[in-house]
Amino acid sequence: MAEHSKRFPVQHIIGFVLSIVLTLLAAWAALGSDLPVKWIITGIMTLAVIQAGIQLFMFMHMTERESGGGHVPWNMMFHGFVLAAIIVAGSLFTMSFGFTHDHEDGGNHQQEEKHEEQSGH
Amino acid sequence: MKLDEFFVTGEPLIYAGMVSIVLVSSAVIFLLTYFKRWGWLWREWLTTVDHKKIGIMYILSALAMLFRGGMDALMMRVQLAFPDMNFLNAQHYDEIFTTHGTVMIIFMAMPFLIGLMNIIVPLQIGARDFAFPFVNALSFWSFFFGAMLFNISFVIGGSPDAGWTSYTPLAGAAMSPGPGQNFYLMGLQLSGIGTLATGINLMVTILKMRAPGMKMFQMPIFTWSTLVTCFIIVFAFPILTVALALMTIDRIFGAQFFTLTGEGLPMMWANLFWMWGHPEVYIVILPAFGIFSEVIATFARKRLFGYNAMVWSMILIAGLSFLVWVHHFFTMGAGAFVNSVFSVSTMLIAVPTGVKIFNWLATLYKSKIEFTTPMMWALAFIPSFVIGGVTGVMLGMAAADYQFHNSYFLIAHFHYVLIAGTVFACFAGLEYWYPKMFGHKLNERFGKLSFWLFVIGFHVTFFPQYFVGLDGMPRRVFTIIPEWMPLNVISTVGAFGMGLGFAVFCYNIYYSYRNSKREETGDSWNGRTLEWATPTPVPFYNFATVPHVDKYDAFLAMKEKGETTYDEDKLEPIHMPSYTGKPIIMMAILAFASFALVFEWITLAVIGLIGTLIMMVIRSFDYDEGYHVEVEEIKRIERKARRL
Repeated sequence: MAEHSKRFPVQHIIGFVLSIVLTLLAAWAALGSDLPVKWIITGIMTLAVIQAGIQLFMFMHMTERESGGGHVPWNMMFHGFVLAAIIVAGSLFTMSFGFTHDHEDGGNHQQEEKHEEQSGH
Repeated sequence: MKLDEFFVTGEPLIYAGMVSIVLVSSAVIFLLTYFKRWGWLWREWLTTVDHKKIGIMYILSALAMLFRGGMDALMMRVQLAFPDMNFLNAQHYDEIFTTHGTVMIIFMAMPFLIGLMNIIVPLQIGARDFAFPFVNALSFWSFFFGAMLFNISFVIGGSPDAGWTSYTPLAGAAMSPGPGQNFYLMGLQLSGIGTLATGINLMVTILKMRAPGMKMFQMPIFTWSTLVTCFIIVFAFPILTVALALMTIDRIFGAQFFTLTGEGLPMMWANLFWMWGHPEVYIVILPAFGIFSEVIATFARKRLFGYNAMVWSMILIAGLSFLVWVHHFFTMGAGAFVNSVFSVSTMLIAVPTGVKIFNWLATLYKSKIEFTTPMMWALAFIPSFVIGGVTGVMLGMAAADYQFHNSYFLIAHFHYVLIAGTVFACFAGLEYWYPKMFGHKLNERFGKLSFWLFVIGFHVTFFPQYFVGLDGMPRRVFTIIPEWMPLNVISTVGAFGMGLGFAVFCYNIYYSYRNSKREETGDSWNGRTLEWATPTPVPFYNFATVPHVDKYDAFLAMKEKGETTYDEDKLEPIHMPSYTGKPIIMMAILAFASFALVFEWITLAVIGLIGTLIMMVIRSFDYDEGYHVEVEEIKRIERKARRL
């Protein structure tokens, strides 16, 4: 900790400023710009990925020797992605029955179940 | 808000609760003042970052929560003993089963196990403290204040009453107005911070701070179970955090994530809850497996059979635990295909679990078993847990589950796995490591008495519930029909047996403190792993010299070679972290903010959050780097501890 406090953390300051700029840019794109919605979504997603990269490489320990040249964080992030995939895909898989049905005949259960079997879910 | 809306009124039992809270608090304050112990309390305990002391505070809190959850259980059993009982009304009964479940899982089982991990894991791997001692203290205080916040709900504001699963839409703002559900949300959120932080902390500790030479597959099995548990915590708890946050936004700020109106999706709560909730089950059972493995290996006087298979089955269980959550709501109506997938994955979990059961049996096979109290708990665990596991597979069959769902069959099943697994393990672990923590063993006669009372009481309570469930008794009803009475009476008798067992256990703590022989060596049970290599009481720096480890059962190898953890030639100054009051202050402020949010006092909540941020900034500029223990002082402490 003592060594860190002596050096001026240039990289951290650059990263910090960049993060703020990117966040403001995203906020402007969403609130203030007249771009089409598709472009806004693509744009802020791209900004988010850049932002994540800045966080990981300028603040976190992705490149440090102590973390096996980033091996440990990559490993954890891989598991994180797998879990996120499980959550999203699993939720769609288990919860989508609510959307595939016609809500108007929701009172008729027999029909609903038959419908379900036919659609393979 | 008027005062009579703030305090819960009209229930004699709750008035009694208020009186006892006031009396106990005044007694504690009086005793601390009378014996001039405030300074001692602050310096030695409230500001500590020592993992052993934090662990003891965890276990004490967990025992208090076990008492509270147990009282809830006894009240429920009294109400259910006879048809048309008037002991609790429907509302009060709902509140009690909700708090019973939440307290037992979140504020009893997890803290108890985390407390044991706190004390034992650094000792087992030859570390001097956690990787982040400050964060460890922070975790404890976040759990403690979360637990207090949740527990105070029954006298202030009213307890949550939507079950420990807190399903929407019932738990939403429309159907459960008032602070009750908010207590659930904020209490869990606050203590969840601590659990998540502990998961990261212990993971780093185990990965980075093992004794020189100790490979992953030479770690003691309890440490392995802790590591696997930490992975589950780190990946599962964020889901709960997000779900709780979404419901908080729903309830307090009027969003529509889980509501019936405004395109909300109430079942999404159940989905998210169990995505966390099922891994949570393994968070409380895997450390229990680890404890039993240690206890069985020690008292069978054999190397644990199939160590590698044990480790791999835990990893497999951890992986599968994220793929089975739907079996908690087969009856939701997701359809036959979805249910089949999760039915199969559920049954798959029985395979690695079965491997573990057979490995324990093989460890016991042809061994000379020493029937100490911890070993008795471990031996009682195996058959009891198998009953729970087999009925679990029955519940896992989706088609059959339509019959069992939400009946007492389910209640019996999960009490069989959680009590026979987790609670037995907590008792076994506490009694096994008790001499390491407090310098004397628990009395064996009282220990065995409490064991028999508790185990027999447990089976008498829950075995009949399988049958009353098959007779059609649903869970969460506050009166029974006459047909269910005989089995329910038996259950209630058994519950009081368990209560008696717990009372004897607590008396045993007092009795042993007064009468037990003090430990003279650190190796109370002729142990095999490194925690027994330290002297008792353990010096605050744990190891004067950290041994070089190149074998599984490291202490066994050390004993053969005649090595100890005190090698006077190799002594060096030891770097230790300083105690600090920041964790308790930071978490107290956050608890204040949470309390304000429970009552939806937004201004006060914002003030509390700003206070927490200020504390974080102060912490960021904290350059306290700890201190060094000089060689002379180590020599003095070790000579005294080892009676050299």
